[in-house]
Amino acid sequence: MKIALGPLLYYWSRQETLDFYAQIAQSPADIVYLGETVCSRRHELRADDWLEVAAMLKAAGKEAVLSSQSLIESESDLKALRRIVAQDEFRVEANDMSAVQLLAKAGRRDWIAGPTLNIFNPHTLSMLAEAGATRWMAPPEMSGTVLAELLASGAPAIETEVLAWGRLPLAHSARCFTARHFNLQKDTCEFRCLGMKDGLVLRTREGEPFLTLNGVQTQSARVHNLLGDLPQLRETAQVLRVSPQGDDTVRVLELFRDAIAGKLSPQDAFGQSKALMVEAPCNGFWHGRPGVEQYVSA
Amino acid sequence: MTSNTKIELVCPAGSLPALKTAVDHGADCVYLGFKDATNARNFTGLNFDAKAMTEGVRYAHDRKRKVLVALNTYPQAGNWSGWTAAVDRAADLGIDAVIVADPGLMAYAQKKHPQLRLHLSVQGSATTYEAINFYAERFGIQRAVLPRVLSLPQVQHVIANTQVEIEVFGFGGLCVMVEGRCALSAYATGESPNCNGACSPGKHVRWEQTPKGMETRLNGILIDRFDDGERAGYPTLCKGRFDVNGETYYAIEEPTSLNTLELLPDLARAGVRAIKIEGRQRSPAYVAQVTRVWREAIDRVMRDADSFAVQPAWIAELDKVSEGRSHTLGAYYRPWK
Repeated sequence: MKIALGPLLYYWSRQETLDFYAQIAQSPADIVYLGETVCSRRHELRADDWLEVAAMLKAAGKEAVLSSQSLIESESDLKALRRIVAQDEFRVEANDMSAVQLLAKAGRRDWIAGPTLNIFNPHTLSMLAEAGATRWMAPPEMSGTVLAELLASGAPAIETEVLAWGRLPLAHSARCFTARHFNLQKDTCEFRCLGMKDGLVLRTREGEPFLTLNGVQTQSARVHNLLGDLPQLRETAQVLRVSPQGDDTVRVLELFRDAIAGKLSPQDAFGQSKALMVEAPCNGFWHGRPGVEQYVSA
Repeated sequence: MTSNTKIELVCPAGSLPALKTAVDHGADCVYLGFKDATNARNFTGLNFDAKAMTEGVRYAHDRKRKVLVALNTYPQAGNWSGWTAAVDRAADLGIDAVIVADPGLMAYAQKKHPQLRLHLSVQGSATTYEAINFYAERFGIQRAVLPRVLSLPQVQHVIANTQVEIEVFGFGGLCVMVEGRCALSAYATGESPNCNGACSPGKHVRWEQTPKGMETRLNGILIDRFDDGERAGYPTLCKGRFDVNGETYYAIEEPTSLNTLELLPDLARAGVRAIKIEGRQRSPAYVAQVTRVWREAIDRVMRDADSFAVQPAWIAELDKVSEGRSHTLGAYYRPWK
């Protein structure tokens, strides 16, 4: 079982980002997804910078993957995508059907079908595998049971990846909710999301943390945490994804390494992870429940 | 660019009376769904059984109008046959097209019913010509419905780069999130548009008068609270008031409807082939009012786009049935973003 670090979803300064990946080079992550997937206006790192980070991680023995943007709106977004597809040193994660189209046309046979492609059944998965996908990530809202059924129903033999840690990516919009918070328009947003290391928490009027505003992306406030569900994960997933957070990401990766290796029981790993979470845990999606719930089997 | 391509008016029908109303008031097409999770308006008391659909198809076809069936949720391994059976049923009823989001289901429809016309649902989240051309090349889709995230120039750019007919939303409830990419309802209630065909479903809603005001909750989560003088709206998750950094406001979107009447000449010049009206969950009275206004507006644009002017009476009529009694151009207008 491999550990993947998902793309950095927040917008950190150039130096913070480079320092972060320097640490990741020394971490237990086997696979590192790179690039700006949320907002095309973010530019602390340019395409060439990401390629340099990828090369550095590759030299450190990691599989570096370039992730494509989730919502593509303009020709310049497509231009950035074409550039990612044109390079062949690194695999690409397709997060939109535009990316699938370009990768398939380019004859790439090594790409990853990302979490926003809405792969809910073996027929869709087979189609993507025929188009060249060799790994796929289940939609975060998919339960362990539905995933197991999918895999048992004639799914192609490609690697399955599951989101196992991090605030859940719940929605994308054309609108920037961070800019809206500051009464700014997206086109003149002043990059207010820069430096919000874990996004901007949205609470109910009762003060309960509910969602996280991250520019055009909306995440859960709670941290999706499947450390305690490792036994069931082993039956379906070959890759577990950890989503980067402001602090302690390396320690989270180490917990996953130790739990996977059996040095820590799932219960102990979950217990230790409580100190590393920015909010309360949840795992409802994996158990076919509302995602916000923390489900404990009887 | 062409200005004389016919624009079809595509109207919602959540029931047989709504279908007949839409046809009687000038819809070119009506779209509808079966009474189950195969469509994205899977609400109690809504939609069509086989008998109602047969009658609806006859009513529409007798008057030379089209019927489109939405099969736009994502089937899973365990319920796959329910979706393929729905495709078969729709094809057998002689409908004019199915509106589909799932590629696996498109492949099934294409193979089993090669004559069946396929429309890519808005739930397919295709926002670029590259994505749309992917579905066209693989599955032969003939029309794509664009998510409500693109600005007007972006819509024009998509149309200029694909042979696939483009349909856009003209009026009705506004999804702020990219359709097909929103799991907010799943997070709060366990039911999602993608898999269950429902957003913020009624069975999870609670209205409660409290000393602080009328509270609306979704699966226990407080979505909004209304003072006595305020009109309490349905707790659609993204249209509640929340607290961010100590400020309470509509953090995601106000309760408002999309209305693009004033963009109609531009949409016509861009070559948009169909305008969709949202609202299968709404009453026949809504369908009548909205269809009548849009029929008149489209007819005027088709006659002469250059002299087209939005009639104040149209806006007054539409605002009466709008969410929050207000409207917006949404993402078509860049500053909204």
